[in-house]
Amino acid sequence: MSLSGIKIKDQEDLNRLQNVLKKRRNDEECSVAICGGTGCHSSGSEKVREAFQRYLERNDPEGKIKLRLTGCQGLCERGPLVVIFPQEIFYQKVSVDDVEEIIEKTVLNGEILERLLFTDPISGEKYTYSREIPFLQKQKRLLLGNNRLIEPTSIMDYISLGGYGALAGALTKMTGEEIIQEISYALLRGRGGAGFPTGQKWKECYEAVSDEKYIICNADEGDPGAFMDRSLLEGNPHLVLEGLIIGGYAVGAGEGIVYVRAEYPIAVQNINNAIKQAEKLGLLGENILGSGFNFHVRVVTGAGAFVCGETSALVEAVYGRVGEPRQKPPHLAEQGYMNKPTVVNNVESLANVTVIIRDGAERYRQVGTEKSKGTKIFSLVGKVNNTGLVEVPLGMSLREIIFEIGGGVQGGKEFKAVQTGGPSGGCIPESLLDMPTDFDELASAGSMMGSGGMIVMDEDTCMVDIARYFLNFLKEESCGRCFSCREGISRMLEIVEDISRGRSSLEQLELLMELADVVQDSTMCGLGQTSANPVLSTIRYFKDEYLAHILEKRCPAGVCHDLISFSIDKDLCTGCGACAKKCPSKAIEGVIKQAHMINLQKCTKCGICFEICKFGAVQKS
Amino acid sequence: MVNLTLNGLEITVEKGTTLLEAAKFYGIEIPTLCYDEALSPYGACRLCLVEVSKPGGRSKLVSSCTYPAMEGLVVRTHSERVMKARRLLIELYLATCPSSKTIQDLASKYHVTKVRFTQKHEDCILCGLCVRMCEEQMQAKAIGFVNRGAERRISTPFDAKSDECRLCGGCIYICPACRLRCQGPNEESPVCNACLNLSPPCLDQYDDAMCYMDPCVACELKIQK
Ligand SMILES: Cc1cc2nc3c(=O)[nH]c(=O)nc-3n(C[C@H](O)[C@H](O)[C@H](O)COP(=O)(O)O)c2cc1C
Ligand code: FES
Repeated sequence: MSLSGIKIKDQEDLNRLQNVLKKRRNDEECSVAICGGTGCHSSGSEKVREAFQRYLERNDPEGKIKLRLTGCQGLCERGPLVVIFPQEIFYQKVSVDDVEEIIEKTVLNGEILERLLFTDPISGEKYTYSREIPFLQKQKRLLLGNNRLIEPTSIMDYISLGGYGALAGALTKMTGEEIIQEISYALLRGRGGAGFPTGQKWKECYEAVSDEKYIICNADEGDPGAFMDRSLLEGNPHLVLEGLIIGGYAVGAGEGIVYVRAEYPIAVQNINNAIKQAEKLGLLGENILGSGFNFHVRVVTGAGAFVCGETSALVEAVYGRVGEPRQKPPHLAEQGYMNKPTVVNNVESLANVTVIIRDGAERYRQVGTEKSKGTKIFSLVGKVNNTGLVEVPLGMSLREIIFEIGGGVQGGKEFKAVQTGGPSGGCIPESLLDMPTDFDELASAGSMMGSGGMIVMDEDTCMVDIARYFLNFLKEESCGRCFSCREGISRMLEIVEDISRGRSSLEQLELLMELADVVQDSTMCGLGQTSANPVLSTIRYFKDEYLAHILEKRCPAGVCHDLISFSIDKDLCTGCGACAKKCPSKAIEGVIKQAHMINLQKCTKCGICFEICKFGAVQKS
Repeated sequence: MVNLTLNGLEITVEKGTTLLEAAKFYGIEIPTLCYDEALSPYGACRLCLVEVSKPGGRSKLVSSCTYPAMEGLVVRTHSERVMKARRLLIELYLATCPSSKTIQDLASKYHVTKVRFTQKHEDCILCGLCVRMCEEQMQAKAIGFVNRGAERRISTPFDAKSDECRLCGGCIYICPACRLRCQGPNEESPVCNACLNLSPPCLDQYDDAMCYMDPCVACELKIQK
């Protein structure tokens, strides 16, 4: 069957195509999946792919070995990753020089190349197959799982795994109302931040009476360090697109808009390409699959600020105006884009929609907690051994995520806190690590799910400094319209800065808490309402650290500049002069082979000498 | 028509009325800094906050100048939660722009007698009245907001003299920050309180504002004693 120029006119056509592609896939003797995700790309996976291609062109002219450049597979810092199917042999840190050997030995002869295997940083154990690696094994990759099986630029790859079956089922067998019921029954909650029940949101838009409605996919992803939406759009764009079309059908929208930040060029390229492919096959456009449903999708890119991710600001940004939130009501379900009823959904939420309709809500409900079902993708970063995207069932404890999947804290240091929910999330201490991770639990601990950021902090982190860092981010990112947000965040930052300089008092700490409460309570949009979280959660769990700064003028973690000083222990100093050479402000004085000294007047407390001294002679106090 | 409860009072207003308009109509005063009858509501100064709840739902603070009256809504304009936020915001305004008589008057009215924040002396509170005045009433659009967050300010395009501006002065007329305080802008204390109104409504006993007399006779008597 030739696949060029075909149109899918109804469900039968789709089934037939799926079967042909499935068979083709099963006939593949072996395939090599090279990760082309952001992490692997930057560690050189494109060069590795070229090397594979060149080698195969010469030695495998019949094309028996299939090569795929996939989206992010996880374990980003071990890139470039290469997986050899069907055995699922997992190679990491692959370089161009390894390519020939991989094909000759592993692909053709099943021989394992020890040096490329993944070694667990803690146990020291080596793993051959990807399914054995604890980092991947403990996850439930409902959404990300197919990333390594498909080329994001190939709609045929997606269809060969049953893709667009959910859409066909929805369009031919379900009404909009039934889909909404199914989503509600699946207890899907928005993955973009607020955790609002998707079924309810859709219902409001469905019930709004209007000749035109819109559905917008929010791929603004402004949280620093977060890249779950990016890796979905880059790695499996059709999964998101299919959810968007289903959503459009359910609420009665005729147009879908994907708002992507311009800093994600590959995501923009892949989703644009996916739209074109779907249109060509007849899965988008007029009379989709013979159902009479017409739906068009376009991509809008924006170089918006963090606050543009807020729904009402997003609508402004889609117009091309400055993204500034507005007061709700009227809600977007009444008055959104073009003043018409509009639904805004996060990328990950829409990917979940596809999965729910594909597998049925009953099956979807088997994963998760009583109130929140399904999985959540977290971006696990910070002082943890395995960083990267992890997708786990909602309700898995923070401890399991950080210690079993993440492999614990780097360098054997003590765990201190985990910051969840992006810049306006909160910090959760060790004592609460057994808490199940879901929307309500995190909120009651003074943090939030947010879009799934997770930053692990070790004993060397100062919590006052952390509060200062996030307030500073929020101060820059506030749109500045609400007085309570603009001035409130600035003033919270002012007080926290004073504390970190040892220039504060207990009254100021009281005032800080009072102000934080008011800012949270009185601001218009989510940014201001959550901006107090970094302050309130750190005070709640790490008050002793605040008190040490205020009362003893001491920074227990030795981070806050104004409260630390460096000195050289005369007895330990060997006079090697290494520190004096590296000191950027020439503050270290002394004669070679004699104990050195730090001139405190010149010292900028950069800490380079502390890092560099091999003898532990530089001391921080 | 829409039925709702305002400070315990059952009222009926036309659909589309904002909570601020409803309260005004019933003689309840809500402070504002960014609102003007003749301009579109903006919701930025946050002084007009009121506490609203739907039966069975949790209550929240919203800006009454933008919030439409809704069937069954329970609205409290002077609850403890509202007053706490309002007072702190006024304190923040004083800490930011003490030269404004409008702000000094609000401080006296709401019993804000001290400033615990570092004192600043800004000329503008970014209420946006001038921007809307220029655009909506004068059809000029000569000024607008630039930058975001703490850098936000009001200016002409590219900070150049604007061709749109007809020097009508509407922006100055409406500015609450330009109304200089009685003793002049450079008075030593940031808080004036010269006409402090000693009439705290009966909040100690009731969480709703019970007394709308200004000054409140009962309170005056209590203070004299
Ligand atoms: C300051 C701010 C930034 C936000 N940024 C994003 C974002 O980058 N991506 C996103 O999907 N949602 C973001 N949100 C959440 C959205 O407002 C909204 O809740 C979400 O897109 C709705 O989709 P969902 O129900 O599918 O989660 C942000 C919210 C706020 C207040
Ligand atoms: S008057 Fe309502 S926010 Fe300013």
